[in-house]
Amino acid sequence: MLRDALTFQLGYNATLVTVAAVLLGIAAGVTGTFLFLRKRALVSDAIAHATLPGIGLAFIMLTLSGHDGRYLPGLLAGSALTAMSGLFAVQWLSSRTRLSEDAAIGAVLSAYFSFGIVLLTVIQTMSTGQQAGLESFLLGSTAGMLLTDAILIALGGLLVVALVFLFRRPMSLVSFDPGFASTSGVRLDRIDLTMMGLVLAVTVVGLKVVGLILVVALLIIPPVTARFWTNRVELVVLLAGAFGGIAAWLGAGLSASAPDLPTGPLIVLVSFCIFAISMAFAPRRGLLSSLVRHRRFQTGVHIRQGLLAMAQGQPIYEPLTIRLLRGRGLARADGMPTREGTVRAARALRDEKRWEIARATPELELAAARYDGRTQIEDVLTADQIAEIDRRIGPPEAVQ
Amino acid sequence: MQAPLEDVTARDARERADQDSPLVLRGMTVAYDQKPAVFSVDATFRSGKISGIIGPNGAGKSTLLRAALGVVKPLAGRATFFGSTLARSRNRVAYVPQRASVDWDFPARVVDVVAQGLYRRLGLLGRFGREHDGMVMAALERVGMEDFASRQIGQLSGGQQQRVFLARALAQDARLYLLDEPFAGVDAATERAIIKVLKALRSEGGTVIAVHHDLSTVEEYFDEVLVMNVRKISAGPVETAFTPEALDIAYGGRLEPGMRVPQKEPA
Repeated sequence: MLRDALTFQLGYNATLVTVAAVLLGIAAGVTGTFLFLRKRALVSDAIAHATLPGIGLAFIMLTLSGHDGRYLPGLLAGSALTAMSGLFAVQWLSSRTRLSEDAAIGAVLSAYFSFGIVLLTVIQTMSTGQQAGLESFLLGSTAGMLLTDAILIALGGLLVVALVFLFRRPMSLVSFDPGFASTSGVRLDRIDLTMMGLVLAVTVVGLKVVGLILVVALLIIPPVTARFWTNRVELVVLLAGAFGGIAAWLGAGLSASAPDLPTGPLIVLVSFCIFAISMAFAPRRGLLSSLVRHRRFQTGVHIRQGLLAMAQGQPIYEPLTIRLLRGRGLARADGMPTREGTVRAARALRDEKRWEIARATPELELAAARYDGRTQIEDVLTADQIAEIDRRIGPPEAVQ
Repeated sequence: MQAPLEDVTARDARERADQDSPLVLRGMTVAYDQKPAVFSVDATFRSGKISGIIGPNGAGKSTLLRAALGVVKPLAGRATFFGSTLARSRNRVAYVPQRASVDWDFPARVVDVVAQGLYRRLGLLGRFGREHDGMVMAALERVGMEDFASRQIGQLSGGQQQRVFLARALAQDARLYLLDEPFAGVDAATERAIIKVLKALRSEGGTVIAVHHDLSTVEEYFDEVLVMNVRKISAGPVETAFTPEALDIAYGGRLEPGMRVPQKEPA
């Protein structure tokens, strides 16, 4: 069943939904990256909640003017208008008053959302007989998706991706260093507005699929997931798009193969699973890798300290140090060095002395900054440089 | 645009000097809320010199620089770059912000940050080609960081971060370099490397203006200074402007006993 869904064999509606969801997932992932790097992820939550009154108002106006109140482009246009006013409200509050941005977001988000809920309740009491379904914008509903809806979502997603590609340089410049960006001739206000405009577009386009409460997850989770895997902006953007698309594809597939399960929340849950796996297992930035690295570093430092102590004939008190040295055949149970331990200890002491000289030599100071208690000086300096240092240390001393 | 009451020859002389100057500040005033951080500062920075903006913490030195560059909006006053507006001089002006003003956990390598200096050349979609690679590497070599090109910036020490920021400015190939506290919190090797680069820029005919707070190195590093504390206190060549009297006013007698102040005969 799931395999059919994932390979688009599960019928017309399921295919429409999956294609639309995947494009939305990609668009949200790439857009969300810059939002996340600019440290303004939560602004998207205010934008999303501010769509609700627009949906209600658009429905009322469409109905009063004799049209179908559920006409999707009309509803989305309405939601975009109030979302925009919500965005400006957040910006105005945080720039013109003493409110910080998070407080402004909280105030705007709750006020707009409450107004939207009131409008939805009013609409339910209106006797037009066709009001059912507006609540579906809260959590998304893909059951009755039309081809035109899917096309609208797909085009919106493609447009967003194209614009992100076009503005990738100024957007990453502004995210990293706004001061430098502005002196390079980047108009900060315009780039920020572009960024927020893209977020707004993703939000509006995503209303039908995941709903306004969960669209934030599509914008935020894929970029933070991608960040675990790479240290380059361009790759974060690409990976975030890929993770967003994969989560949407799997989530939509799962919901199509089990029709009682909602699409939006499933997409978000799949996305979260990818996040959790990345957090645990990603190389370098993942938890497991940090743990391993930390242990390895600790081991290295202990052995080094132990060797230096042995070289200088000092006793070793730390049980862990003795255990590690014994495990490597460098020390006996009483902490005295073995034959190999004596050789290694002398070498460690020599290495330490070389580092000391390097630190005191102005030309080598930068290289010496790489000292971490484990790195051998041979890995940092050239043979010539080391020979010069050795000349200054003098002939090797006997070590017992 | 006439100033009929001013002596014509004096005005002409001043205007000629201003035309030649890479940066002229007139009446620069910046306020946060109701409190002026910089009040009515006039300054003419001379071409081909290394100038320092000197003063105690909170004197508005960085604010003055940021206001001149339009990073913060001045309440009044204007900045003239090469006799023209900043917008028309951007290709000739490079800015090195305070190292601590950005998040170094940003996903970028050293080369990526230096390549930001080429933004004006590349624009939105210009292709990053081999010659751009060469410019980035040349800039890194000037600050002695070529071995760190593909390092993640989060792994750099403070001094290395400062060198990367300087390399980004060098990649801009500007005529005027504005540096905000380039020596703050860096190791001795970096400090020497940076001052060497700044002196090289000067000998190539460039102009350097740096916000600086370490009084003991002022005479060694700078040709000219602007001593300020919200207001301008003195300006000009180090010998005439960096005096105990000026510092006494700037620091309001708060100079700590250990601080080295220039020992000079009062004029």
